[in-house]
Amino acid sequence: MTSIAKTDTDRLSGLAAMLRALAGQLTRKRAAEAGRQLLLPTLGIAVFLVFWQLTAPRVQTSLGAFPGPADVWKQAGQLWQEHVDQRERADQFVTMQEKRNARILAKNPDAVTRIRDYPGAPTFVDQIGTSLITVLAGFLLATLIAVPLGILIGLNRHFSSAVNPLIQIFKPVSPLAWLPLVTMVVSATYVSNDPMFEKAFITSMITVTLCSLWPTLINTSVGVSAVNPDLLNVSKVLRLSFWTHTRKVVLPSAIPMIFAGLRVSLGIAWMVLIAAEMLAQNPGLGKFVWDEFQNGSSQSLSRIMVAVFAIGFIGFALDRIMLMIQKKIAWNE
Amino acid sequence: MSKAHLELTDVSMSFDTPDGAFVALDRINLKIRKGEFVSLIGHSGCGKSTVLNIVAGLLQASRGGCVLDGQEVNSPGPERAVVFQNHALMPWLTVYENVDLAVSQVFRKTMNRREKRDWILHNLALVNMEHAANKRPGEISGGMAQRVGIARALAMKPSVLLMDEPFGALDALTRAHLQDALMRIQQDLNSTVIMITHDVDEAVLLSDRIVMMTNGPAATVGEELQIDLPRPRNRVTLADNDTYVHLRQAVLSFLYEKQTFPGKGPAAASAAPSQDADTATTDSSTSSAVTKASQGSARTSTADTGQESARAEQQRAIA
Repeated sequence: MTSIAKTDTDRLSGLAAMLRALAGQLTRKRAAEAGRQLLLPTLGIAVFLVFWQLTAPRVQTSLGAFPGPADVWKQAGQLWQEHVDQRERADQFVTMQEKRNARILAKNPDAVTRIRDYPGAPTFVDQIGTSLITVLAGFLLATLIAVPLGILIGLNRHFSSAVNPLIQIFKPVSPLAWLPLVTMVVSATYVSNDPMFEKAFITSMITVTLCSLWPTLINTSVGVSAVNPDLLNVSKVLRLSFWTHTRKVVLPSAIPMIFAGLRVSLGIAWMVLIAAEMLAQNPGLGKFVWDEFQNGSSQSLSRIMVAVFAIGFIGFALDRIMLMIQKKIAWNE
Repeated sequence: MSKAHLELTDVSMSFDTPDGAFVALDRINLKIRKGEFVSLIGHSGCGKSTVLNIVAGLLQASRGGCVLDGQEVNSPGPERAVVFQNHALMPWLTVYENVDLAVSQVFRKTMNRREKRDWILHNLALVNMEHAANKRPGEISGGMAQRVGIARALAMKPSVLLMDEPFGALDALTRAHLQDALMRIQQDLNSTVIMITHDVDEAVLLSDRIVMMTNGPAATVGEELQIDLPRPRNRVTLADNDTYVHLRQAVLSFLYEKQTFPGKGPAAASAAPSQDADTATTDSSTSSAVTKASQGSARTSTADTGQESARAEQQRAIA
């Protein structure tokens, strides 16, 4: 009896040990897999950094040697510190005014008081914020134009033939060519004593719109015109009205194509924005790069390199965000 | 004579090409009773789908026309619901929503929300697909999607159900399963069905009548074959049934001896040279299937009797 019980427990513990071993193997396998997935990208970055570190000092410019990774890292910290300091000063500036206003009000409750904004220059972080707002405004405007127009082009063959040459001609135009025209037109038409937006903001935004609407426009029209003929026949058999047909069959069917276009458009919008900001002097990342270039101090190149990385990371993040939205909305994901 | 449920009169179809007009269909005549299950069979490219699309209203015949319940067909409509070969479900809608799209459109004025819901679920139940109501077409098998396509078509309460090779893209087992389901549904609802197929067994098993089409260009009705097998039919017991075997052979003989596969050339046609010549001449002179059937050899005797009964059936339907 006892012997049987013993063998049973033995067997059980043996089984447990086997399971444990299996589980251990599995997690080890998974860890190895994750390691492999991390290893190569890490290796790539490391090789890049070493190459950069070795070659940078050999490139001599009038502003000194080209900055290496360490210089750039230091400037990134510096820019952040400047931002923090600036914020502190701005807070002090406001509290100082509040105290003074309180004193004035204590003496004379009817006094009219106001608080002035801190007059300091925008920091690097502020400029990133401006750039993001500008690019999103331009991209949104481009989407609002390109999607409805693309639907019309996709639905109507004649309209498509009529506008196709225009699309093909305007699509490859560089933002640098549009910008002077946009600047002049905005200066002439956007006149107001109390403007809601800066002219530089409007100019940059419109330039971004003009350059980034094409991929969305083309993709939307292709997606709309390439609906599966069987689905079109279903729509015909059901006698769906034009509006229902567009809303229930054409648009959902074109959604994957539209999103693919939107992602390309956002990428282009972000690239164009930097150039537009440089020339329009919109206080964003483009202006930061331009100002540092004009400034020509020994740190300028490092600071521009920080901007380069910031631009890269933000562009990557924007694309990821679009991908997430696409996965939420598009039915084929 | 024009009291048939659905009647095609001298339906011809020609397309303009740079080399002149290409005649795809030449004077198709067909009368279909209410509740009849008719199969169109023929080699690829003989214009079966064109005939179906003309009945559906998706194509306009160059000459002749199609009349359903005394009304000429000139545009598509839900009273002639179509089951497409590749289910044609909206991939972004769930199974339920796909049927809902049809029901909400066809019965938008006659059913309230609750009635629509019940009707959708009823039709999904007919094809045994209620369990997948909330799945997307991409998440179910091809056979299941095809059932939903059938449910969507049935949900339109059509006078004629048009099926374009509905089981052509399915594996043999799934196909057999769906054929049985279709037979059961058709018997329950007594729906009128026109089905395109190139599967001989499918045609004989399901149909009341098989319409065999000649090869294109200028394809037309070659022979008609009445299938007087009692219903409900069972594929296993029928496999041994003499009538079934004869009918099957008649269709095979039409397809592989009289109408050889297009592109095989005259050498292959030598199996029945006189018959081919007959068809060639009679095609242009007359489109009466009975005439040609009577010119046929002894092998098509079953087809002849089929013709007789078809005519008798038609006269009964008229009277």
